[in-house]
Amino acid sequence: MTDMPIVRTSREEIEVYRFGPIASVLIPIMALVIQAFVPVRFRSFAIFDLPLLVTVFFAVARRSQVAGLLTGAIIGLIQDALTHQAIGLYGVAKTVVGYGASSLGVKIDVENPGTRLLVTGGFYLVHQAVYFLVARNILGVTMEWLWVRTLLAALLNGVAAIVLFAVLDRFKHGT
Amino acid sequence: MENFFTRYRNASILVLVLFAQVLGLAVQVKRTTESGSTRLIRFWVVSAITPLEKALVDTSLGVRNVWRNYLYLRGVRHENRDLKAQVERLRIEQVRLSEDAAQARRLQALFGFKEQFISQTVAAQVIGASGSDQSHVVYIDKGASDGIKPDMAVITPDGIVGKVLRVFHASSQVLLINDSSSGVGAILESSRLQGILQGTAVGEIMMRYVMSDEKVAPGERVLTSGGDRIFPKGLPVGTVQQTNPGSDLFLNIRVKPAANLSRLEEVLVVTKIIENTPQTPEPSGPVRAADILAERLPRVPQKPAVSATGVAASQTTTTKPPAGTTVTTPTPKPSPPATTPSTALGQSAKPATGQLQTGGTSTTTKQTVGAPKPSTAQNAGVTTDATGTKPAVKPSGTTPPAGASGATTTDAAATKPAVVKPAASKPAASSEAAKPKPINSVGQPPKPAAPPPQTPPGEEVSR
Repeated sequence: MTDMPIVRTSREEIEVYRFGPIASVLIPIMALVIQAFVPVRFRSFAIFDLPLLVTVFFAVARRSQVAGLLTGAIIGLIQDALTHQAIGLYGVAKTVVGYGASSLGVKIDVENPGTRLLVTGGFYLVHQAVYFLVARNILGVTMEWLWVRTLLAALLNGVAAIVLFAVLDRFKHGT
Repeated sequence: MENFFTRYRNASILVLVLFAQVLGLAVQVKRTTESGSTRLIRFWVVSAITPLEKALVDTSLGVRNVWRNYLYLRGVRHENRDLKAQVERLRIEQVRLSEDAAQARRLQALFGFKEQFISQTVAAQVIGASGSDQSHVVYIDKGASDGIKPDMAVITPDGIVGKVLRVFHASSQVLLINDSSSGVGAILESSRLQGILQGTAVGEIMMRYVMSDEKVAPGERVLTSGGDRIFPKGLPVGTVQQTNPGSDLFLNIRVKPAANLSRLEEVLVVTKIIENTPQTPEPSGPVRAADILAERLPRVPQKPAVSATGVAASQTTTTKPPAGTTVTTPTPKPSPPATTPSTALGQSAKPATGQLQTGGTSTTTKQTVGAPKPSTAQNAGVTTDATGTKPAVKPSGTTPPAGASGATTTDAAATKPAVVKPAASKPAASSEAAKPKPINSVGQPPKPAAPPPQTPPGEEVSR
């Protein structure tokens, strides 16, 4: 009798996925472009963080911590460049998320929608917390933590992740 | 040591990457200006992303234009009719406002105030945003190659939008007024209280630094004060939405922006602002079409200085209202002041403070915001001519009312810049002798009117 939780699978059962070079480049770029384009017409779309979802997706699929943190760092730095703030805020936050998501992906199966919702929602909170701490303590930006809004955004991003990950699963190649 | 890094390789890389980024942040905090490396990163990213965004915008615009212009035309006639009615209403309102504006200009000239005019703008398309809730910026498709520079004001016909923050070759980054790092000098329209507009973390606009003992009513309009040296004075910002006492001595005034910041499509970048002191009107020079129009409108003559009952009687019979006007019977009314004829339609067709007029869809539009805009008045006059509106004063072939519009016309000539009137509206010279000698508002005899104009009726009058 094993004492493993139901959601946890043995390491041997977890498959490591790979992505083609085109998908690896185009998917993050598309996420960044859509994230920058759609809020012009629909401001409320900015509550979603597509680059974060893509970071989480690649991290848990590749299950490599180094790949995850580097993916997060690159996507975050590009996202920083599109804002007017200092470059590195999103970079730091997404680096942490990429590392954490890949670490989690090694240990649990994140293939089912419920797990994806929880994992993505949780990492959204981590992302916001890191961003808030760095912006406030290093840059001295005046920010306030809005619990209701942040929790709602985490839920919405979790729901969006279920849909988005189902689409992105088509680009995965098993090893 | 080697074993340590081998064992904790992933964690070490994480710490290294984080350290590098935090170090980069610290460097950026210390430097007030953007360093070369970060500028380069932004340049690369923006250069890579904005063409894609521009292609998306162009495609969506093309599809939308085909749909709107060729397929979905339901209700267009009805809308056209409504718009025409609205144009008529606005014309009437413009006449009224231009009078106020002219008065304001005279006062400004009297006190030597300087006023700012927007003399040149560049129309731009919004092609992207930061995509972040923490950074309220948008990207426009005009950059350094189009003459855009940092700190230029960005506006829409509804109100101000923000200022240019960074300029790239073919695009620019615009900081919106609802960003938390934004600041705009503002003034309340009626109470004239000044404050500073700042954005909040959730994208709202708050007016700060208004003392808590002041009364600010919701719905009051907020205008730019011009104190920030970016936005010219008098541009609409929004309306007061809610007022709460703050924790300190100041009120928390929430402002609803006049421009729809969450759905920006086309904006105007103010590329040139001129600042000058308004001049008092000179007796010579071209006349505005608005003045010509004013002279054609039916008016009750000023009481003559000398007793001329018969003259006054003939005046009312010869003055003919223009076609299409609602005034059908010129009933005696209190005479306007001596300077009224020239100011009835304004010394200049200057839209009232806070009114914006866009130059359409042209890439570069010259216009005046909150300042004299001659073309509007001219257009009004020309359009009236084109529609066949009969002049109120009969053409020169007819016998003019002795002293009828003579007093007003001559008086107008004394106070307005010029007289370049269509020949049709010029009274005959034979009536000059019968006219009572008019006196203008300053008690001086008016200067002789300028020679008759060469401009035929209906032709556009240029300054």
